[in-house]
Amino acid sequence: MDNQIEERENNRDIEVTPALIAVHPDQSFVSVAVGSDLRVYDLLGDCAVSLLDASGSPSHKDSIRAIRYGANGKLFVSAGDDKVVKIWSADTWRCISSVCSEKRVSAVAIRNDGRHVCFADKFGVVWVADLPELDESEAVVDKKAAPLLAHYCSIITSLEFSPDGQFVISADRDFKIRVTVFPKKPLEGAHEIQSFCLGHTEFVSCLDFVCTVNYPQGFLVSGSGDSTVRLWDITSGSLLDTCEVGAKAGHLESDGSDEGYSTVTDLCVILDSTLVAVAIQSLQGIVVVSCNLPAQSLSVAKVVSIAGENFIPTSLGSSSSSGSLWMVTGASNLPGFDYPSPSRVKVISGFKKSSPEPVEHEPNVMEDDDIPGGMKLLEKLQGSASIEEKVFLAAAEAVKTAMRNLLIKKQYPVEKREFRKRTRNDKKIKQ
Amino acid sequence: MLEKETNPTISKSTGLPRKRFYRARAHSNPLSDSHFPIPVSPSHVDYSVHYPIFFASDGQVNCSKKIQFADVGCGFGGLLISLSTLFPETLMIGMELRDKVTEYVKERISALRVTNPGQYENVSVVRTNSMKYIPNYFEKGQLTKMFFLFPDPHFKEKNHRRRVISPQLLDEYAYVLGVGGIIYTITDVEELGDWMKSCLENHPMFEPVTEEQLEADPVVKLLSSATEEGQKVARNGGQTFQAVFRRIVPTS
Repeated sequence: MDNQIEERENNRDIEVTPALIAVHPDQSFVSVAVGSDLRVYDLLGDCAVSLLDASGSPSHKDSIRAIRYGANGKLFVSAGDDKVVKIWSADTWRCISSVCSEKRVSAVAIRNDGRHVCFADKFGVVWVADLPELDESEAVVDKKAAPLLAHYCSIITSLEFSPDGQFVISADRDFKIRVTVFPKKPLEGAHEIQSFCLGHTEFVSCLDFVCTVNYPQGFLVSGSGDSTVRLWDITSGSLLDTCEVGAKAGHLESDGSDEGYSTVTDLCVILDSTLVAVAIQSLQGIVVVSCNLPAQSLSVAKVVSIAGENFIPTSLGSSSSSGSLWMVTGASNLPGFDYPSPSRVKVISGFKKSSPEPVEHEPNVMEDDDIPGGMKLLEKLQGSASIEEKVFLAAAEAVKTAMRNLLIKKQYPVEKREFRKRTRNDKKIKQ
Repeated sequence: MLEKETNPTISKSTGLPRKRFYRARAHSNPLSDSHFPIPVSPSHVDYSVHYPIFFASDGQVNCSKKIQFADVGCGFGGLLISLSTLFPETLMIGMELRDKVTEYVKERISALRVTNPGQYENVSVVRTNSMKYIPNYFEKGQLTKMFFLFPDPHFKEKNHRRRVISPQLLDEYAYVLGVGGIIYTITDVEELGDWMKSCLENHPMFEPVTEEQLEADPVVKLLSSATEEGQKVARNGGQTFQAVFRRIVPTS
């Protein structure tokens, strides 16, 4: 046991990063990031996109930790361990601006008006930078970011703007979700905290908003290491409902989850609906959670399992137009395999838009040939058309370990703690 | 008599805990991971443990009082003890990161409650890292006074982010303080005094309390006289630097 701990501490320099996926709001493009590799496929033109970056290739020098499209679909942003935030035009795929960060970046968000980009670093500081007007973006602009707010020395796991752009929401590994008023002059910092959403009992891993025509201000949903999905009113910070998705997923597993917890790794609201797709560590498939906004409650609508393949999604994406869910699994820097950065993309279709009843049409997992873009898309986004399946099991396991090392506080037994205290080197030795 | 001899950590003459049995390091790293229980949210704070006279332990809510004063980094609790009798109807809590020091304050309060029946029932202490967990203890606008007396100066620039008064942490203090609430800071380190003052001056949700108001406030006198650190500074003839600011509605 002790050896295990030591071993883990020694291995920390080789960090495995999960594969990420982002879908353009009109489903014009799909982006996948694995390690430092950023891959984009153009679904309208049915061809792979090559990125134009003045700084030369590759675009990122280290693992990418966050990618996303702006709500109007004009911008795309990528950032990660190389401490550079790159803002791309999601039309010409030219890098129109890059912002340097002092620390590694863990999350990004673009405000709905497309004027501001926020990113969070591993020390809990959220930064903000102005975005250039798209027409005046002839040359690459190097921007400086200003600190917006800070969680005290805690890794920020997710950033989100409220649909009306009034609030910026940040989640951290200390179980907190903070709702801050987005100021008129963001470069001078955001000082007015609207609320804290408290209730999770482990790190918060992901955030998203459920909004409908009747509820344009939306409700916040969050996923966490405590294997729950929760629904929040951000104005008051009150917890509206809790959904134990881990317990539901656990029924499908034969071996049972090892710690009694199954971490929620990602969640994604199927746009224009009240369905939330939830990815859970060690679940081959997804859990679909239905939000009843008038009743302010959550319930598990369905578990969509992916049969016949070891596919545990590491990231989810969806677009407003199609009612389909894009999933990716994989990891970078995977030790011991021929594929250092394997990834696999899958699509679930048939989510009915704004359906009041939970999932009337059966959502089904599409065959590789049937997904938009077909094999050509898979070749681009996965790097290759087919990869041995056992690699993905290893990848899922590696991602799980990496996430645990990063976000869960190490618990040492009392004796071990005392021993560590005794061997502290700052203690004065009495002669 | 025999009973008391079995517990040498309690002074025979005063019944109070003896400080030499609660020695601790002068500093504690606020950045390190915490291994003590933290309430999930302010509604999970068990008031019956802290204020048994006001809150029955059977879960029956017979009191709607909430904590109004917080002494952040309360140390050995000198200020709390003085405030307790000055505001007997106000619930107040000390927050301290060092385990042994917290234990001392706990013993001190319970000893005072025994020797002065009916008094000191409104004070308590909790071991926590207030830089990380303030929102877990207090709701928005719940507090009326916050105290930061003789905080760790953290001279090195690299360690400035460990200071308990910082532009970012003031956002959180502004959140838990109600409008009109007052933040009291004092230090004997001039550099830190300037730092705390400029942080507060530059924050849009705080304004300085005027000289006349400071004169009229009985708490201000306690800042330098009530705490152990303050007494030590006075004994050595040191200078102190205080900054007292009021929480306001930001003008935007």
